[in-house]
Order: sequence, then C-alpha cells, then structure tokens
Amino acid sequence: MRYLEPHAHMVSRVTDDYQDMVTAGCMAVCEPAFWAGYDRSSVAGFHDYFCQLTDYEPRRAAKFGLPHYCWLCLNPKESEDVVFAQEVLAILPGFLGRPNVLGIGEIGLNKNSRNELKVLEQHVDLAARHQQLILVHTPHLEDKHKGTRLTLDVLRADSRIRPERVIIDHVEEHTVQMVLDAGFWAGMTLYPETKCTPARAIDILDRYGPERLWLNSACDWGVSVPLIVPRTGLEMRRRGHRPEAVDRVLYQNPVEFLSQCPKFKLS
Amino acid sequence: MNREQVLDLYFLDARHKLIELAAFLDRVEHAPGPADFRLVAFQKALDALRRGVGDRAREVLMAFSDPTTEPVPAAPGKGACGAWPGAGAVAG
Repeated sequence: MRYLEPHAHMVSRVTDDYQDMVTAGCMAVCEPAFWAGYDRSSVAGFHDYFCQLTDYEPRRAAKFGLPHYCWLCLNPKESEDVVFAQEVLAILPGFLGRPNVLGIGEIGLNKNSRNELKVLEQHVDLAARHQQLILVHTPHLEDKHKGTRLTLDVLRADSRIRPERVIIDHVEEHTVQMVLDAGFWAGMTLYPETKCTPARAIDILDRYGPERLWLNSACDWGVSVPLIVPRTGLEMRRRGHRPEAVDRVLYQNPVEFLSQCPKFKLS
Repeated sequence: MNREQVLDLYFLDARHKLIELAAFLDRVEHAPGPADFRLVAFQKALDALRRGVGDRAREVLMAFSDPTTEPVPAAPGKGACGAWPGAGAVAG
C-alpha cells in the first residue's frame, strides 16, 4: 500500500521508524516545525532547528530512500512572546528557498490568546508575501472548536489567502465541517489517546467524502504511532473501501495538495 | 457495511470501552475528596451521549469545548486538560 506521511516530527523518532515506514509503503514524509517540549531560549535555537529540518533530517531520511520535506514556522506554543516571535519570523525567509521547504507551518493557535492570534496573523502575512502553502495546527481538546473558528476568521480576513492552498490539521467531528465548508483542506490526525482514532477518521470520510481530506500520524516524542496511516488504510479495507478509495485518501490527496508547491516531487 | 457488519467489527471494542468508562466513574465515586469541573463536563458529555441521535461524537466533543468566542487576554499555560473549566477559571 503506497501512502504519504504528510505530518510527522521525525527529529524525535528513531531510525527504526524510517525503516518501518518505508517498508509499509511510505513514499515521502513531511515534517512541520513544532515545539521541542521546552521553549527555545534564543533565535539561534530556531536557526539551528531550521537547519536540522532543511539539512540534516532530509539526509537521514535519504539513507532509507525516503524523500523528506518540511514546513517552517514558530509553533503556537511559543507565540506568547510577540517580540521574540517577530525575531524568529525575521530569519524565516532566509530558509524558504531551501529545496525541501513546502511552506509555512504548523502555525495556528494553542490556548487561543490575543498574542497567539497576532503571531498567527504575522505568519499568514509572511506566507502571503512569499506565496507559500500553509499548514495550520488547531488547538488541543477543549480549545479546538474555538481555536478553529478563530483561525478561520484570520484566514478569511486576508484576501490574499486562497483556501485551496491551506490545510487545517487535527480536525475532528466538531470542526471538520466548518473547515471544509470554507473551502480549506482538512487533515485528520490519528492518535491513540487524543484527536482521531482510525475508526472515527473513517466515519468522517464516510460522512463527508474524500474531497480535500488527508490522514496523518503527527508522530512525535509523545504517545503516537508512526505507522497509523497505513494501519488506517487496512481498516478502510476491512470496512469495505476499495483499494482505489484507500489510495485516494492515503496517497493521491496529499500529493494533490502538496504538488501546489513546485518543489514537491516524487520520483 | 450493514449494521450487523458494523457490530461484528466494533461491538467488542465498544463494549470494552463502555466497561472501562463505568469502572472509571466507580473509581472516581469511591475516591475521597472533591471532584472538579472535569467531572461536571464528563456528566454533561454523558448526557449528550444519551440524548444524541446520529451526531453523538460531535455532541460529546462540544460538551467538553470552550463555548466562548473571544481570544483570552494571555495564554494561561501551554497544556489542555480536556474540559473547559468555565469563564474566569484557569486551566494549565
């Protein structure tokens, strides 16, 4: 089964995960910038992280024959300090031309604060000025519904943003419809304890259809499963989805969205 | 899939989760000390589960969600606890 992993934090995974993913049929992995589990103390810390995502990690993935792409930003968990965020945003354009950078992400909100909103608007402005794709993180648990609405307000308020060039990630049953109705792509993140399970993600696919939807593991240093996307493909088959339908959601849809970035190529 | 096929595939798993849920509520009830807003939200979600028709997952998620519309003045921390503590409360 061929598939794409459009959202995985591989810097926090071991090489066995790369081997398992390639063995399971992964054709490319895309890695959004994220929170390290602690706040970085300087702009230089972000500079080093962006170098890791654009230089070291693609070389590590290449050892297993896996194309590695990334998204760059300052994660919403570090957006509360607006001045510091602006300093980090100032170095971002210097990385956007690197060959594996797909766009700006994962930006968004975490606790739905005023400063997070300001920094989100600045990221959106940066993406618009540099014609970048956007990957949006939506908040966790009790903050998700409100945060998704606030995020949609920001995106719709900027007339330069084309919804078909934006994917809003981590949707669940209470947020997927508002995202799709607004014309954006939606990502379903498959986690063992929070976000979607494979069964619920397939329920959403059955209800809304496969248009503008993709699946991802968002595997990182927390409880997460790097192979959960192909496992969801298997569950789709158990539920009677034809192989072409599985291929569309696991492979063709992410390829369609990501191919809007001319740097995204699959050999 | 027809209903029987859905039951074939998911009944045992759902049964398992339901018993886990019952045991969790017993565990909370038997534990000493006061509960907090999370248990209140949980009961609200259970009501939504019983009430809902065809849209239960959404209704349960909404029972745990922050219903307000304005951004908060400052992030109270980084984490989410799974239930909205209510206006004026702070959850880390």
